[in-house]
Amino acid sequence: MNLNWDFIIESLHLYGEAALTTFRLGFWGILFSLFIGVICSIILYFNIKGLGKIVKIYVELSRNTPLLIQLFFLYFGLTKVGIVLSEEACAIIGLSFLGGSYMTEAFRSGLEAVGVTQIESGLSIGLSKLQLARYIIFPQAISVSMPSLGANCIFLLKETSIVGAIAVMDLMNITKNLIGMYYQTYESLFMLVVSYLIMILPLSFFLTWLERKVRYAEFGN
Amino acid sequence: MQNLGIKVLFQGMNLQRLIQGLGVTGRIAFTSIIIGSIFGMLLGIVWTSKSKIIKFLCRLYLEVFRIIPILVWLFIMYFGVTTALNVDLSGETVAIIVFTLWGIAEMADIVRGSLESLPRHQIESGKAIGLSNLGLYRYILIPQAARRMLPGAINLATRMIKTTSLVVLIGVVDVIKVGQQIIELSRIEVPTASFWVYGFVFILYFIICYPLSKLSKKLEAKWSD
Repeated sequence: MNLNWDFIIESLHLYGEAALTTFRLGFWGILFSLFIGVICSIILYFNIKGLGKIVKIYVELSRNTPLLIQLFFLYFGLTKVGIVLSEEACAIIGLSFLGGSYMTEAFRSGLEAVGVTQIESGLSIGLSKLQLARYIIFPQAISVSMPSLGANCIFLLKETSIVGAIAVMDLMNITKNLIGMYYQTYESLFMLVVSYLIMILPLSFFLTWLERKVRYAEFGN
Repeated sequence: MQNLGIKVLFQGMNLQRLIQGLGVTGRIAFTSIIIGSIFGMLLGIVWTSKSKIIKFLCRLYLEVFRIIPILVWLFIMYFGVTTALNVDLSGETVAIIVFTLWGIAEMADIVRGSLESLPRHQIESGKAIGLSNLGLYRYILIPQAARRMLPGAINLATRMIKTTSLVVLIGVVDVIKVGQQIIELSRIEVPTASFWVYGFVFILYFIICYPLSKLSKKLEAKWSD
């Protein structure tokens, strides 16, 4: 299988742009997911009346349906009832909708892992509720949930491969177009895999490093 | 007019066709889950071997499927491998091959995890009463590990069912594709068709996956102690 390197060099800028698009979508998707995750997990943890139920329904709905359908619904379905969103906005909303529930679960399990003794000790040395959250609960919860948060980040970056289906010019779409136009199948697929490896491998190493860095909750257990 | 959009689902054979499309999705998911579980279990047992080379190869196999998105694998198989080997595979076959390979990798990891989580004294006691290696697995390890792996395995099945939605992108006429055909067909009559059809498919997936994920959570809570 001989690769046509001239073609690869020529299409390099296309893949560069597409990779940036994918990366940008992944970045915003992960950021908003984390945001949604923190808020929803706090709502669940403190069992805020009324909102808790809504969060639970949201989590189940988003975890048990495929991203592709969520995107189609956002992009094609909502346009028809008057809500028009750009492709990229749809992609980011879809990713955040999906990722938010995964992040919620990750944070919640971290929050629940903080022992009652920790909270009681904090209260007994006279910390206010805010201080308790700031100095006792959150640092430990984040440390515990770090592995699953990391896994979710990688999961979301991989899920961005689906947004090509709603006409975002991402890596998948570029590949499909190049295969269709020039029949350079191996070269296009080769570039596709390399692009994903360049994005995902460093992130994976970084997350493993970060995980080791924040592993202070286990001390003394 | 908007309130009547939902009628598109019940016009003519639409509902029946959607369910038929779901059948294709189900066939792909079911086949790959069954084959994936069986070979995944075998590979998981092999994975617990002491040989470093076997461990490394299994790890590599899993990571290759974890790092590269499944949709990319579908593309590689559908466009690349078929051209390279000069064979003509239908989208459905390609999907089953990719999902099975992925299922084997993930299932093997679940099996390995649950086998390794068993306390060491179980193995040592088994050996002490003179069980052979085969007997050890057959009577001691696998029955205990089965309980621990079930929640993970059900979760994996849910994930695989959700991921089958991607097959529409390599040309399989699954439930989504049928939905798109219905939308195209009733574009003028029912302008809001896409809202209702995609909404319906959304609910269909939810109805299938929700009980499974609930079951997995229940089993996890029940067997956690």
